[in-house]
Amino acid sequence: MTDTPVKVIVDLSKPKGQRESIVPLTDEEIAERDAQAVQAELDRQAEEEAQAALEASKQSAKDKLAALGLTEAEVTALLGA
Amino acid sequence: MGMQLIETIEVGAGGAASIEFTSIPQDGVDLQVLCSSRASSPYTLEVLKFELNNSASGMADVELYGTGSSVTTQTRTYLTAGLVPSNNTTINTFGNTSVYIPNYTSAIAKSTSSDSVSEANATFAAQSIHAGSWTGTAAVTSVKLLMNDGNFVEHSTASLYKIY
Repeated sequence: MTDTPVKVIVDLSKPKGQRESIVPLTDEEIAERDAQAVQAELDRQAEEEAQAALEASKQSAKDKLAALGLTEAEVTALLGA
Repeated sequence: MGMQLIETIEVGAGGAASIEFTSIPQDGVDLQVLCSSRASSPYTLEVLKFELNNSASGMADVELYGTGSSVTTQTRTYLTAGLVPSNNTTINTFGNTSVYIPNYTSAIAKSTSSDSVSEANATFAAQSIHAGSWTGTAAVTSVKLLMNDGNFVEHSTASLYKIY
């Protein structure tokens, strides 16, 4: 039993039924995959932070419009939900 | 114009890091990949990516993403097939993804389009559509599907079709 990740290769030049092979990843491929996972997590955090900043900006804009005297319905009509 | 199934693959026990169709026949006009998949990463959703001819460069992608209550956009530097359920959502739920690659035998840069919907038997479901481009000018001979993080879990399937 091994925990080495595998890839499925489907060689379409071969006859049906003989196309699929299960190949363990090489050390280099595993290292590349690990690096991609780290980058994916960084990207995920950046996306969450960007989304949070966007939501904060929207709320700030709504608050300022409300302070100018606009009703909630007017703010919603202007900016959306 | 017709559509022909070239091959369907189901991931076996233990999962798989990627699914790669190689030596794709060059007698079609367009390619389509339909995928039912779930990822093993510890999140609610995972990004399902794809690569053409094993190239990891020259790619761009714009995503329009909806949750049912909000819509956002996202740009990426890799080709994105869609967003699929991952470990932190309802067990045994799989998302559907479609990737379309027109003029795959052409000698010019390739454009792609894809769409996906996740599934969780819950209120939240993610839908996404993508426009992608790859600067490679060689005919597409291989398509590789892989998760941005984690593996395909067992019983994920991928089917490759040619449009002729």
